[in-house]
Amino acid sequence: MAGWSTHRGRAVSLPQANIDTDQLIPARFMSVPRAQGYGPYLLHDLRRDEAGDLKADFPLNAHDATSVLVAGRNFGSGSSREAAVYALIDAGIRAVVAPSFGDIFAANAVNNGLLPAQIDEASCEMLADKLGGRSQDIVIDIGARSLLLGSIGAQFALDDSWALKLINGWDDIDLTRNHGVAIAAFKNIRHQTTAWAWPSGAD
Amino acid sequence: MSIPQTMLDKLWAAHEVVQREDGVSLLWVDRHLVHEGSHHAFAKIKERRLPVAEPDLTFAVVDHYAPTRGRSKIADPEISRMINTLRENAAENNIRLYDLDDPRQGIVHVVGPEEGLTLPGLLLNCGDSHTSTHGAFGALAFGIGATEVAHVLATQTVWQRKPKSMRITVEGALRPGVSAKDIALAWIAKLGTDGAQGHAVEYAGAAIRGLSMEGRMTLCNLSIEGGARFGLIAPDETTFAYIKDRRFAPKGAAWETACADWRGLSGDEGAAFDREVALDASEIAPTVTWGTSPEQALPITASLPEASDVPPAKAEAARAALEYMGLKAGQTLEGTVVDQVFIGSCTNGRIEDLRAAAQVLRGRKAKIPGLVSPGSAQVKAQAEAEGLDQIFTEAGLDWVASGCSMCVGMNGDLVGEGKRCASSTNRNFKGRQGRGARTHLMSPAMVAAAAITGTLTDVRKLLEGQI
Repeated sequence: MAGWSTHRGRAVSLPQANIDTDQLIPARFMSVPRAQGYGPYLLHDLRRDEAGDLKADFPLNAHDATSVLVAGRNFGSGSSREAAVYALIDAGIRAVVAPSFGDIFAANAVNNGLLPAQIDEASCEMLADKLGGRSQDIVIDIGARSLLLGSIGAQFALDDSWALKLINGWDDIDLTRNHGVAIAAFKNIRHQTTAWAWPSGAD
Repeated sequence: MSIPQTMLDKLWAAHEVVQREDGVSLLWVDRHLVHEGSHHAFAKIKERRLPVAEPDLTFAVVDHYAPTRGRSKIADPEISRMINTLRENAAENNIRLYDLDDPRQGIVHVVGPEEGLTLPGLLLNCGDSHTSTHGAFGALAFGIGATEVAHVLATQTVWQRKPKSMRITVEGALRPGVSAKDIALAWIAKLGTDGAQGHAVEYAGAAIRGLSMEGRMTLCNLSIEGGARFGLIAPDETTFAYIKDRRFAPKGAAWETACADWRGLSGDEGAAFDREVALDASEIAPTVTWGTSPEQALPITASLPEASDVPPAKAEAARAALEYMGLKAGQTLEGTVVDQVFIGSCTNGRIEDLRAAAQVLRGRKAKIPGLVSPGSAQVKAQAEAEGLDQIFTEAGLDWVASGCSMCVGMNGDLVGEGKRCASSTNRNFKGRQGRGARTHLMSPAMVAAAAITGTLTDVRKLLEGQI
């Protein structure tokens, strides 16, 4: 996965709280192999009518090349489905700006190069007001934890370890394998001191 | 003297392999549960030609896509493919699989405890947000995404920053007709669906100690609906009695050692929490959700909020939720006409849940159709031994096989567009039970009451013989 530290793109406002992962991608699309792309399923039931056609008045449909969403609190709450992040990424989204995120969603996002930029309620509202139903240029700098939408600048919060991971595009499995000796030693000690932690009586 | 530790502190320290300079810990995983939805993770390790590090600590369960009817010949090729993919991944990696025909198959969060795979003091991961369920045993249990599942498969460890600690203390005694589900909905309504974000919630107090393991699992299961990735309850004699003699639980001398270790897991007296919340059990009524978020919940005796009752920040969400749900501000919750019911799920599909629903339904008829899907094949067998299946079928409800079923709708058990379902499940999100479906969350006893009257109903009236 390629890392990134700055992004210039187009932002759109999705002024709703609690956009859960069931809404980000309804369960019925989750058997699709990743290689087929999850973009068409992003916010499927909000964006599309019963025939599957895009609703013209939905913010994300009204503008091309959107790469940043400005949303309400508790974005990505609910199910741990990483498919919600795949849908965002495959639809070209690089960052979501919101006052708060579901814990599992935020971790999944960072694991896929998607920035969960947490900003205070007041700033988020200001950005949403500025955007209204329009799409506008936005610049995001992970290192500086800052974003600029037109003349409005804002700071966002992001765990330092997550910033490093996003910037470097690090993969945890590679990092962890450097700790192979420590893991083996830990397992050995746990097995000696806490043998009951291994399943017993397996038949 | 050393600083008093919380249970979270003790569990964390017991699993920490290393801590990086930035404070993120690499934790050892004692149990890893996988299901059909784990296909992305298996694909990731396969692509990198990595083996499963600890197949003996990894267990696979068919649950999300498990058909609840007609299992011998699955009609939907997509469902067949998902289940077959899990079978192949389990076989290739020497992982024990609880397949559809296994007498111990069921929902992963029901099977783990039933099999004695879930124990106090363990760290347990599963690619499912309701993994918080297992915290009911005093285990560090949390849901992870597909990339993390792949990481656990490949390394048997997981990177995680220690969450903040929060204690929800529930003193007093629950009133008749009120259950763990109502405690959960009550605290989520009070604190919000993001009320416990970034925290591990430990439940304490007399009302919690008084809960059965089934009730504790329901409560910890729903922690994630309040934003907490972890729920925790200190293990006690109730816990040990539940675990003893289960299939994979420690036996003989190991059992004695384990119990001694488990007794030391409780938080030390005076241990500080980042946040404390107190509830009075006697003030909790049977609770029902009215909107599209679990925080939109009220006592069954309440009326739906008027715009002026809702804080400005939540007013638009409330308006949109009422519109989606086809409800009007100010109307009473009780009496709302319901189209169908569902009893089951990892939240409320255990034997005690079925008993509570059957107690209400015994000798009565349901006015509306409904589905009862036990949380596991073992729960199903137990219920049939007790004659509960007869009560459900004589009432007119369908008694089917176990799986996630209508909680998430992946197996084809769906609620139709615009239909209203009284459901013992965990999420009333828009479209969760099917596109346009209207879900009201409540306890299994409350679902049974709704089945009998065809409306949202205070189960206490049925229990007291008023209806």
